[in-house]
Amino acid sequence: MKTRYSFGGDEHIFVEVDEEMSLDAFFKSLSITNAVRESQIKGVTEICPANASYQIKYDPDVIAPDDLLAELKSLEAAAEKSESIIDTRIIEVPVFYNDPWTHETLMRFRERHQDPDSTDLEYAARINKFTSVDEFIAAHSGAPWFVTMVGFVSGLPFMYQMAERTHQIEVPKYLRPRTDTPKLTVGYGGCFACIYSVRGAGGYQMFGITPMPIFDPKQEISYLRDFMVFFRPGDIVKFKPIDRPAYDAAVADVEADKFAPRIREFTFSLKEHHSDIDGYNKKIGEVLHGN
Amino acid sequence: MGIRVLSPGLATSVQDLGRPGYYHLGIPISGGMDRFSLRAANLLVGNDEGAAVLEAVFLGPELEFTQDATVAVTGADLPPKLDGEPRETWAAFAVKAGQVLSFDFLKSGARAYIAISGGIDTPPALGSRSTYTLGALGGHEGRNLMAGDALPLGQASGGAAEGRSVPAKLRRAPGTPAELRVLTGLYWHRITEDSGRNFFEDTWKVAPEADRIGYRFRGGQPLSFVDRVPPFGAGSDPSNIVDSCYPYGSIQVPGGTEPIILHRDAVSGGGYFMLGTVIAADMDLIGQLQPNTPTKFVSVDMAAALSARHDRAGLMQEVRNALS
Repeated sequence: MKTRYSFGGDEHIFVEVDEEMSLDAFFKSLSITNAVRESQIKGVTEICPANASYQIKYDPDVIAPDDLLAELKSLEAAAEKSESIIDTRIIEVPVFYNDPWTHETLMRFRERHQDPDSTDLEYAARINKFTSVDEFIAAHSGAPWFVTMVGFVSGLPFMYQMAERTHQIEVPKYLRPRTDTPKLTVGYGGCFACIYSVRGAGGYQMFGITPMPIFDPKQEISYLRDFMVFFRPGDIVKFKPIDRPAYDAAVADVEADKFAPRIREFTFSLKEHHSDIDGYNKKIGEVLHGN
Repeated sequence: MGIRVLSPGLATSVQDLGRPGYYHLGIPISGGMDRFSLRAANLLVGNDEGAAVLEAVFLGPELEFTQDATVAVTGADLPPKLDGEPRETWAAFAVKAGQVLSFDFLKSGARAYIAISGGIDTPPALGSRSTYTLGALGGHEGRNLMAGDALPLGQASGGAAEGRSVPAKLRRAPGTPAELRVLTGLYWHRITEDSGRNFFEDTWKVAPEADRIGYRFRGGQPLSFVDRVPPFGAGSDPSNIVDSCYPYGSIQVPGGTEPIILHRDAVSGGGYFMLGTVIAADMDLIGQLQPNTPTKFVSVDMAAALSARHDRAGLMQEVRNALS
């Protein structure tokens, strides 16, 4: 990993922690941005962790660009010594894979896709060397995911699977972006899963849909009443495949305001995860489904 | 009581100085694209500089007043009319209950700021009244205005003085070609030296895809990239990066063909390389560019960016002094 600092105009400092994606790069970005938040540097107005980078917005009338740069570099040195342990939460996200709504949408934009003759799921399964769509879905909903960035649009989580690099799913984005994506589509681009928080344009492959709202500007849904955005960087997500009846039941629960996501508190250690990925992921599953 | 929207114009929205602090969750700052004009409009009618106003793009709305008020229109040269009678831009004028404010065709610029004494008093969302349509947040029901909407006004300060105006020498409009100063950086190293030179030598034109999210440009030569092995997670296109944050004003060039400058409703991040960032002092100008406007990018360093920032703040102070 080699950290690269750059000014983004006179109001931003952009820091690439690593050119390539890894959990180590994400953790470094997260621990530095946490340190920036705690140090309460005057003039800093936005602290944005991303997958393998981060960005600070500041007021150069309050802190000189070079002074802030020096502060960030010193925080990087401290973050390198940190233990990479975070208190976070594990969240179960139900997914109706191969649902009729994303299917209708992907058929509508077929001419913008690499493989017009198959669905996004069939294409992703094939190029990632799975023998069937079911096997692909099993892998997608197997190992848990880290929310490594929230953004693009309101509350949209980017997620990186907690698996060996050789087991990472990789897919290209659409050749040309779609002008429509159903709200709550579970998508995929590069090595990242996402959930589209609002309906709109998008270029990620579409695998399914979740009944669980993750952004509510009206703040009417019970678990979004305190804050309209559900996800934060560092959350752990486990996808749970559901069928049509379970999806319909969950949607009815959301409408009746009875839907409550399954959430468990958890202390994550990167070191322990690295030493036994499968065992640690299993433990995450046990915490999620224990009491 | 306040104003009733008879016709909304093209895309008229409630905007103030924006909602900082939520960019890390994908909620952009929003707010007026031309903040200088927004502040000046408010000062003319005796409001706080950051009160909510209407931002009208290309085509003005038609508004019926249900109470007396003082109004000022700044920014683009979009000539106001009161019950059909012309009124000046960059000047405060009185409106009586029952009168209708409408607009003549746009003469120059792109966005007009309509300030009304008391300010637009829609409910704030996350500390701001600015409309962010993609997130259905703020403004009037999280969207652009529609015919039939009724907007409440706040309590006027009483400091409005009709007939006051911003002296012409303190108004600022884009030149021809428009010049936008850029601090290179971010992923500048991804393009070849020749491409970097061409980017600044070519004359670009504002594309029709130009809105509050971003401004797209066409007409310059495509950029060539430095060869690389794609980093894991970045994607195979040479213009791809591992998805990162996007600074406001950053210039991304998907596929190396058409630069896009992100503005106040920016998408907060994504997977395209950026070659640099428009300096803060020139962001207001972008909001006044019409499609097809010839545009040159000018490379500057940080010292020049800070000096331009200082000049810009000075100009704003002169407006305050002139109107105090």
